[in-house]
Amino acid sequence: MAGSSDTDQADTKPPFWVLAELTYQCPLHCVFCSNPVNMASRANELSTAQWRDALTEARAMGAVQLGFSGGEPLMRDDLEVLVAHAHELGFYTNLITSGVGLTEARAKALKSAGLDHVQLSFQDSTQELNDFLSHTRTFDLKQRVAKLIKAQGWPMVMNVVLHRYNLDHIDKIIDMALVLDAQYLELANTQYYGWAFKNRLALLPSREQLVKAEAVVSDYRTRIGNRCQFIFVVPDYFEDRPKACMNGWGQVFLAIAPDGVAMPCHAARELPGLDLPNVIQSNLHDIWYESAAFNAYRGQKWMAEPCRSCDERDKDFGGCRCQAWLLTGDATQADPVCSKSPHHDQVVQLVERAQIVDPRTEQPLVFRQNPVKTPN
Amino acid sequence: MVDVNEHDDEQGDAKDHNWLPQLAGGMRLQFEQAQDAWVLLYPEGMVQLNTSAAEILRRCDGSKTIAAIVTELETLFNVSGIESEVLQLAQEATRRGWLI
Repeated sequence: MAGSSDTDQADTKPPFWVLAELTYQCPLHCVFCSNPVNMASRANELSTAQWRDALTEARAMGAVQLGFSGGEPLMRDDLEVLVAHAHELGFYTNLITSGVGLTEARAKALKSAGLDHVQLSFQDSTQELNDFLSHTRTFDLKQRVAKLIKAQGWPMVMNVVLHRYNLDHIDKIIDMALVLDAQYLELANTQYYGWAFKNRLALLPSREQLVKAEAVVSDYRTRIGNRCQFIFVVPDYFEDRPKACMNGWGQVFLAIAPDGVAMPCHAARELPGLDLPNVIQSNLHDIWYESAAFNAYRGQKWMAEPCRSCDERDKDFGGCRCQAWLLTGDATQADPVCSKSPHHDQVVQLVERAQIVDPRTEQPLVFRQNPVKTPN
Repeated sequence: MVDVNEHDDEQGDAKDHNWLPQLAGGMRLQFEQAQDAWVLLYPEGMVQLNTSAAEILRRCDGSKTIAAIVTELETLFNVSGIESEVLQLAQEATRRGWLI
């Protein structure tokens, strides 16, 4: 358990993928947001110098991929400085943005700072989809931003979060990606954490919707060839084996929150009893290899049955700790998505409810309220 | 409706002897000390390269034909008859979107 010396630290490799969540400030209010329900305010954000130090330490350990995320990372006016620093260190730098705030001047500055890639998210895709169909404001913004991204020669990944309200329009979403000339399109079904967990009854699609959507995607795949690659992420509530969440706790992924809290997954803040370390107090090497939080579910020693003796434990690592906690109240349980879990019935029932009722009448969508902007 | 057929013929494009292979946009090749290996980096991902793949891909800079790369490698490593191996790797790398 957490803090025990009985872990698999000896086998631990350096983190491969570091996610720098620069800020929780965000101009959007998405119903499927996976960020914590109670977020820190801007007053506690790391300074430029603190971010530089953390990135230097991460790169020294051998981390290679770096994502700048948030909130909306463009809300930080030192983004260019941090990208330049990361590029000099040898990171492959990814900007994960809604596009709001990406002007031509900033795009050029980010390009000369060495930014490698931009992922343009359609965070509010229902609205954007409507906009797309009716050629209104938000879609114009996205189209402008997509052109800016292409003009700088960046590969563009488009990310759309899917749920009950937009799954039926997946063909329009794909058309939109093709119009914007995206090279990759991530069609990510909502994962039920953070704010999305609150809205799960309203967001869960029907099985029929999913089957149809998958058929549409596969039809487009055969028709468009190499022009755009689709990554279709199935909602795990519909599976009977869990996802290999984060490729295992503390194995490849390290997220740093706006206030410096280091996390083995970006939702780990919601897990109770985890004493999450902070890059202000500790160096990243100690955080990754030595901290109780990063060792809590590393390897297999923490596992309970049915995971402990399961012949698939090397494949999925027991699934997602946050999901185990959200659904069973105990983070050491098997992820209830797994049909071997004694709690699997809960997931089955949630999915069944999504088939027979119209959740819109049952649970209204709760739009995300963001922290109040405080003066610097 | 978007015309989705116009790019169909790009897949499996045969490369002739004038082909000057180079890394596709967004790809980056670098040596990683921590892994003691050359890696190919792309949006949100990485491939660790074995020695021969690294030696070949490092020379795909848009200025050399496959034949020139073969000659260079054969001289450098004092081997011969590696052309089909080099071509195969370059074609596979193209299929995966690493080279153009």
